[in-house]
Amino acid sequence: MAFGQGRGGGRGKSDKDKKGGEKGQRRTLFRRRKVCKFCADKIDDINYKDTKLIAPFVPERGKILPRRISGTCAMHQRKLQTAIKRARQIALIPYVTD
Amino acid sequence: MADRQYELVYILPPDSTEQQIADIHGQIDGAVSKLSGAIEKTDNWGRRKLAYEIGHHREGVYVLEVINGSGELMKELDRRLRVMDQVIRHMIVRVDEEKKVIDRTRSKRQADSERRRVKRGLPPQRQPGEGRPAEPEDMDDDRFEGVEV
Repeated sequence: MAFGQGRGGGRGKSDKDKKGGEKGQRRTLFRRRKVCKFCADKIDDINYKDTKLIAPFVPERGKILPRRISGTCAMHQRKLQTAIKRARQIALIPYVTD
Repeated sequence: MADRQYELVYILPPDSTEQQIADIHGQIDGAVSKLSGAIEKTDNWGRRKLAYEIGHHREGVYVLEVINGSGELMKELDRRLRVMDQVIRHMIVRVDEEKKVIDRTRSKRQADSERRRVKRGLPPQRQPGEGRPAEPEDMDDDRFEGVEV
């Protein structure tokens, strides 16, 4: 019951700040439209054994590529995540590389 | 509950002989048949480079077994594989449910496309030479290049 009251003031302010920054960026930078690779290619099965399929989503560092960059849809990112974690367990993909 | 399907992957040291590989397979086979399971498929991937070092090994012999059986069987198998010191790494994954979902989506997509094609007055199956020719795979996809995560 107590929350929701005191914090209201901060919201408008931060919104304003964001708007200015985003507008400038969107005009100058052209981005290729991101689509989910798995939806586009109609790949149903994201399997941990298929390292060729997974590899583009694991950059050199060994981290999982975030959705905001790859454009993968939520469902396929989830499946990709389990596949990558399984592949790591049996040493098909590294946990870390430095 | 016997019709669950699991995949077992295990890694043996790179210097293990055919005899040793067959031996491990025999041990697994024995445990599986004892607990009324069945090995559906065995696939030897051969020597592969490990992505990271496991117990001073840089390479390993990968073997995949597809096993139909109960959860108790896999529990027992897991326990045994843990004890075996020739097996440097193993993993068990249940696959039957995912397989079912994949089959369902695939057949649904197939049926949908056939229905749509019939509606448009086309034969249900895609004819050769129809539609856009398959594009060669874009191997050097530069989308993610230089991305800092």
